[in-house]
This record gives sequence, structure tokens and C-alpha cells, in this order.
Amino acid sequence: MILLISTCKEKFHELEFVKPIEKILSENKISFFTKHHKEITKSDLNKTKKIILSGTSLKDNHFLKDLKNFEWIKETNKPLLGICAGMQIIGLLFNGKLRNKKEIGFYKEDFKKEFLGLKGEQEVYHLHHNYTILPKDFIKFTKSKIPQAIKHKEKKIYGVLFHPEVRNKELILNFVK
Amino acid sequence: MKLGILFSGGKDSVYSAYLAKKHKHELTCLISIFSENKESYMFHTPSISKVKKQAKVMNVPLLIQKTKGKKEEELKDLEEAIKNVKQKYKIQGIVTGAIQSVYQASRIQKICDKLNLECFNPLWQKNEEEYLKELIKNKFKVIIAGVFAYPLDKSWLGREINKEFIEEVKELNNKYKIHPAGEGGEFESFVLDCPLFSKPLEIKSFKDFSTGENSWRREIKIK
Repeated sequence: MILLISTCKEKFHELEFVKPIEKILSENKISFFTKHHKEITKSDLNKTKKIILSGTSLKDNHFLKDLKNFEWIKETNKPLLGICAGMQIIGLLFNGKLRNKKEIGFYKEDFKKEFLGLKGEQEVYHLHHNYTILPKDFIKFTKSKIPQAIKHKEKKIYGVLFHPEVRNKELILNFVK
Repeated sequence: MKLGILFSGGKDSVYSAYLAKKHKHELTCLISIFSENKESYMFHTPSISKVKKQAKVMNVPLLIQKTKGKKEEELKDLEEAIKNVKQKYKIQGIVTGAIQSVYQASRIQKICDKLNLECFNPLWQKNEEEYLKELIKNKFKVIIAGVFAYPLDKSWLGREINKEFIEEVKELNNKYKIHPAGEGGEFESFVLDCPLFSKPLEIKSFKDFSTGENSWRREIKIK
């Protein structure tokens, strides 16, 4: 069972940032349940095998005020994938600092090492104002200046700044399978 | 939230407006771009004059912006229209009917970002078949107003999106890669009735035009 966590302030935004991930999971017959980050309980975290943190809209930075809701990330042993806002949350919890960089639309990113199935030059969909500098104990997988894909050195904690649910669906499948 | 809807009168924009209302947002204004370029990269244009009739039965103010439809110029016109609506109606966000088109979606995202507005794409990445079924389930009466790709022909004009239609486009998708929701511009639709309308629109008369090879358009007059 996969736990998919919404980081969206507006429920209406979940159609755009959560629903497409649900679509990938259900089309591949992967069982999951979805919850908003404010509603996560210990039992949710216990019964799940892996966790995905969604992204949210360009203007929605409410998750930054709610970082305390994500403290469990520091302790969890479950594999975790953070997408865009989700990656920023991971970065901030592991002492990364928030920086501005606006990227909207398709970009090419060069993966110097394989990252959940992505290798070499890949087209990805960006939609963000901010990123976090590489947190302590994390490895960067892209040649880009700013970290676009990261993984914890020991734990199975992954982050991507781009939206794999748009152009790199296999990344999500490689994470959950 | 007070929202402006990018509105062509086709199923995608009307259904996006419907979803916005379902999520308790206010449909504050409809924004229609009338492009002189029928091949516009950004905007679907058939039956746009009928959009006025739709706005009336929706009881939502409509702003029409004309554009010559040159590739990047039309974006400036769109930005201008959104800016005007923001000033006049104090909207806080924009709703689009983009499903797959990163070309459309990322350009509108940039405009909203520049104007400090939220941007909602409620149909983003939606499964086409599921989407068409949802339209039927939610009592949307949608007809085909234009076809622009082989093997679609004149016989498709005026057809209603129903179960039979879905089965046929599914087959065409397998054989000819026709996008079942027509988002690749294969066909364009017009909404005659839905829960947002106070009464259904009735067709008074229509005329079909060939606009090139494998390209047909139905001009509809509403009663």
C-alpha cells in the first residue's frame, strides 16, 4: 500500500497535482490511499509501504508554514519520494536552505547517474519558484547547478524538483515497484 | 476564491468551470479570446460568438478579447485580457481547460505568475475516456462543432458525445492516434447544456463549411 500525501492548500489544486499521480498508480494496479498532510496519523505511516509527497501550484507556499507536520520524515524508514514542493519539504527538514529560481515548462536535465530509471539527457516538466540547496547527507543526480533530483546517502529518501507525473511517469513506477 | 475562466464554449472550458463551482469557488468572469487565426496555437475558436449565449444562461459576465492570432502576439492579448479582468472583477485566479498541452499550460502559468494570480488546471493529465464518461454522467450535452484530422469527416459534425461516440473515438485512437478528447485539435466541441446553464441552448439553424483537407466546421445559430 502506497500513501500519497497532498501538499496543496486548495482542494481544487489536487485535481492537478494529486489526481495525475493517482491515475498512474491506479492504471498500474498499485494500491494506494491519499491524505492531506494535515491529516496524517501514525497509523497511516505504519500501514504504508512507501510514501509520495505531491507538489502544488506555483503560488502555493503554505506548506512552508506547516513544516512541523512533516517532522516524521526525519524518523521514517519507509521509502519516500518528494515531488517539487515535496522535495523542498525534504530539503528543508534536512537543513537545506530555500533559494529562488523560477522554471516553468519543459527543460532538459542531464542525469549523470541513473535516478529511478532516468539516465542521460531527459525532458522534464518544471513548475516552481523555489528550490533547496543540496541538504547534508544527500547526493545530487543531475549535472545542473541546482539540485533537480536527489537521494539520501543511506535512507531511501528521494526528491525531484520537476513533475514526473507529466513527462516521466516511469520514475514514479520505478519508485513504487 | 473569485476565479476567471478561460472560456471557449467547448467541453474542456465549460467542464473546468463546472469543477471550479463544485469546489465552491466563484465563477466571477468568463474570458474568451476571439482569434482571427483559425489555426491558433493557443485558442479554440469555432462557435465563439455563441459563447455569449452560454455566458447568458450561466449568468456570468463575459469578456471578449480579439487577437490576430500571431504566435506570441496572442499571448500578449491574453495577458491584457486577464489583466483587465483582474482589475475589474478582482479575481484571484484563472481556470484553464488544459489536459495534455504543456504549450498552452506553461504559457498561461507564466502569465498568471506575472500577474500574481493562482492558476488552476483541473483537467490536467486526465484519462480521456474517463473524462468523456464523466461529461455524460454529469449531464453535459456536447456536440462536435469542427473536425480537423483524417479520418474524421463531415458526418461527425453535430454528433453528440455519448457512449457510442466514446466507443468510436477509442477505436480511432487505436488506429489513427486521434486523441479521444480532441485535445490535439482533432475536433472541437460546443456545450449545449450542462448543470451550470439555467436552460439548454437550442440550435435554430446551422451551416457546414469545408475549411481545407479533412477539415470541417459547423457554424451554429442559437435560438
